[in-house]
Amino acid sequence: MEQPNLSYIDELSGGDEAFKKKLIAIIKKEFPEEKEQYFKNFGAQNFKATAENVHKLKHKISILGLEKSYKIAENFEAGLKENSTVGHEAFHETLQTISDYLTTL
Amino acid sequence: MNCIIIDDEATARTIIEQLCSNIPDINVLEAFPNAIQAIKYLNQYEVDLIFLDIHMPDFTGFDFIQTLKNPPKIILTTSDAKFAIEAFEYDCIVDYLVKPIALPRFEKAIQKAASLKAVPDLTPVSETVESTNNNDLYVNIDRRLVKINMPDIYVIEAKGDYINIKTETTNHVVHSTLKKIEDKLPKTTFLKVHRSYIINTTKIVDIEDNSVLIKQDIIPVSRANRSELMKRLNLL
Repeated sequence: MEQPNLSYIDELSGGDEAFKKKLIAIIKKEFPEEKEQYFKNFGAQNFKATAENVHKLKHKISILGLEKSYKIAENFEAGLKENSTVGHEAFHETLQTISDYLTTL
Repeated sequence: MNCIIIDDEATARTIIEQLCSNIPDINVLEAFPNAIQAIKYLNQYEVDLIFLDIHMPDFTGFDFIQTLKNPPKIILTTSDAKFAIEAFEYDCIVDYLVKPIALPRFEKAIQKAASLKAVPDLTPVSETVESTNNNDLYVNIDRRLVKINMPDIYVIEAKGDYINIKTETTNHVVHSTLKKIEDKLPKTTFLKVHRSYIINTTKIVDIEDNSVLIKQDIIPVSRANRSELMKRLNLL
């Protein structure tokens, strides 16, 4: 499975370590909150709200360079809008991969 | 161009602020997590440009645009390319950026915004900073002298020709310089920790190597100012 990376954040920071640190801190705070909200709505089978959560999480997925996972999330989000949960296992795997990665930063 | 950012995601707001910091002509006045707060701000202040996330809960970017009588230039930011067609039905929308936004594409959007019809001169949001007694600081906002209780200030940030004075309850954007306000503030509690920031040292939550946390703001501390900051602390 593809692994997250900081290429985009490095490019964006242009060597500004304070900014890089700040952004990573924000992602580390925001991602678990969004993930928790996602699982809450997914568990309650509130698929419209779940699609909103996936939409927001997609940005973090792309920031961390997970291109294939982004496509999976995109399809999953579209499916949720039609009350389909197809692809949720792969999406959950992506969330776990990101959670694991963030603990290393 | 004076701009504001509206995005419910803190990560996105931070990224757009960083992208703006690379462009000298762009001055970020404020960043809002929802459209309602931005509307309140726009009832008081004029801006030239808005970076607007389309996909927000409760009140979408398009809903927001429809509340504006004379919308400024707007650059949409979104994770979905699918809204592009709807976006260009609005004359005020000058560009459409798909996240994650790369600097070259961002620069292109700014050039596009700048090349369009100039926005009329803004009435200065505020022009002067004066202090009277030990705790009061007066700022001239729209020809009114507004009192700020100095102990309530937790950080002052330089933003181009303006400073943003952040207090416990509100923010004041003032046409002034950090140097000017620094002279008015009590030196016992306020300290310039970076060329763009003065902090109230009594409001510090914690300190890391090169930054301090004040409320929820992470403020950079330059190497030159770090030793003075450390001297001010009651270290165990």
